[in-house]
Amino acid sequence: MKGPVDLVFYVLAAVTVGSAILVATLPNIIYAAVALLFAFFGVAGLYILVSADFLAATQVLVYVGGILVLIMFAVFLSSRISSVELSNPVHFRLPAAAICLALFGVLAHTAVSPAFIPKPQVTYQPTTAEIGELLMTRYLLPFEVASVLLLAALIGAALLSRPDRPDIPRPDMEEP
Amino acid sequence: MMESLAVSLVNAVPALSGVPLWTMTLLVMVVVAAVVLTFALLYAGLATYVERKVAGDIQARIGPNRVGPLGLLQFLADGIKLLLKEDIIPAKADRFLFALAPYLVFIGSFAAFVVVPFGVGLIASDLNIGVYYVMAISSLVVVGVMLAGWSSNNKWALLGGMRAAAQIVSYEVPVGMALLPAVLIAGSLSLQDIVRSQGGLLGIFGWNLFHNPFTFVSFFLYYTAALAETNRTPFDIPEAESELVSGYHVEYSGIRFAFFFLAEYGDMFVVSALATACFLGGWHVPFLDAEALPVAWGNLFSLGVFLAKALGLVLLMMWIRWTLPRLRVDQLMRMSWKYLVPITFFNLLGVSLWLLVFHGKGIPRMIASLFG
Repeated sequence: MKGPVDLVFYVLAAVTVGSAILVATLPNIIYAAVALLFAFFGVAGLYILVSADFLAATQVLVYVGGILVLIMFAVFLSSRISSVELSNPVHFRLPAAAICLALFGVLAHTAVSPAFIPKPQVTYQPTTAEIGELLMTRYLLPFEVASVLLLAALIGAALLSRPDRPDIPRPDMEEP
Repeated sequence: MMESLAVSLVNAVPALSGVPLWTMTLLVMVVVAAVVLTFALLYAGLATYVERKVAGDIQARIGPNRVGPLGLLQFLADGIKLLLKEDIIPAKADRFLFALAPYLVFIGSFAAFVVVPFGVGLIASDLNIGVYYVMAISSLVVVGVMLAGWSSNNKWALLGGMRAAAQIVSYEVPVGMALLPAVLIAGSLSLQDIVRSQGGLLGIFGWNLFHNPFTFVSFFLYYTAALAETNRTPFDIPEAESELVSGYHVEYSGIRFAFFFLAEYGDMFVVSALATACFLGGWHVPFLDAEALPVAWGNLFSLGVFLAKALGLVLLMMWIRWTLPRLRVDQLMRMSWKYLVPITFFNLLGVSLWLLVFHGKGIPRMIASLFG
C-alpha cells in the first residue's frame, strides 16, 4: 500500500466485490437489488479514481436510476408482493460454473497481458468534451447503431403494453 | 480546489507543515461538507416555517406565531420534537430496509448541494460534470423512495412509493432536456462555467433566459418539470392525502420522517439553484462585475444575489403549492411524456440551430452590437 489513493482503491474494490457476492448469494431479490446499488456505487467510485468522472456519473444515472429502478419495479409489480417469498432460486449450477470459469480465464488473461498495463500517472483532465467529440466523429456508427437499437426496444415496449383489442378504450388516455 | 485550499492553509499555519497533504485535504473537505450541510439544514428548517406562514397567509389564517417572535423559532421546536419522538417501526416492516431508505433519500437530495454555485468562489466542488452529477446522484432518491414504500409493508406506502418513483423517472427526461440549452450555450457541464457564460455588462440581459426565445421557454419547462420531480403540488400524487394518506413515508415517524421532510426541502432548493444558475444568471450581480471586486466583497455580493434569486424561486414553489389543485395520476404521466418531452426536444433542436446560425450570439448581444 503506497498511499491514500491505494487505500481508497482497496476500500472501493472491497465494496464492489463484496456487494457483488451478496447480489449473487442473497435469497431475497429486494436485498439483492440493494446490494447491487452498493456494487454500482463501488464501480462508479473506481471510475472516479481513474478520473473518468463522466463515465462514473453515467454509471450511476443509467444503472442506479434506470436498471435498478426497473428491477425493483418488476419485483413490486409481481403478484406475490405481500409475501417475502420472492426468491432467487439456483438452477443449472454446472453450466453456470463453466461459463464463470471461462469468463474469469479471459478476464484474467486480459488483465495480465502486456496490452493492459495502466498508465502510471493519472491526470485529472475533463473527459466530457473528448467523449462527445469521439462519439460524433470516430465512433459515430456504433453510437447510431446503439441508438437505433434502443429506439426499436422503445417501440417494442410501447407495442407490447398496448391492449390487444382496439374496441377497449385505453384507460389512461381518456378524458373524464 | 480542495487541495489548493489545503496548501494555502498549510502555508498560513506553519505548525501544520508536518501533516501530509492528503490529510489536510481530507480535513478541508470535511469542514466544507459540514458548512454546506449546516447551511442546507438551516435553510430547510426555515423553509418549513416560511411554508407554513405562506400557507397561513394564502388561506387567511395566521400560521405559527407562538414560539419566539412571529413564531420564528417554530422550526427549532419542531426539530426537537421530531428528535425526541419515539422511533416506531411497524411490526411486519422490513427493519433493515425501513431504516436504510431515509438515508438514501437524504443523501441523494443533499449530495446535490456539492455543486451548487453559491458565489464567485463559493462552491463546495466545481465538478466539470456539475449538471450531470446532479441528475445522476438524484437517482438515489428514487431507490430510497421505492425501498421506503416497499419496506413499510403498507399498501398506501407501496402505492405512494411506486407513484413517486414512476413520476421522478418520467420527469427526469424533460428536466435533463430543458437544462441542456444552458449547457450548449456555455459549452460546459460545470455550473460555474454556465454561470460565467451569462456575465458581461448586459446586466440581466446576459442571462440565458433572454438569450433567445427557445431558452426563454426552456426555463419555464425546466421549472415545471423540476417541480414535478420534487413531488410538489400540483404534482404531489405520491403523497395525495385524499387517496394515499401520505404516500411512501406514511409509516415513518420521528427523526426518520424528518429525513424525508428535509430531503423534500433540500430538493426544492437544489432545483431553484439549478434554475438560477442555468437561466437566471446565477451569482452575477446585475451591472457589476463580481469577479473584479475584492474577494470578500465579490463573494458576499454574489452570495446575496444568488440566494435572493434561488430563495425567490423556492417561495414561488410554495405559492404554487397553496394555489393550485392536484393533477390526477394519468394526467401527470401524459403531461410528461406527451407534452413536456416533445416540447423540450423541439426546444433543444431550436437552441442548437440558433447557436449554429447566429454563432452563439443571443438576441441582447446582437442588439448591443447594433449600437456598437
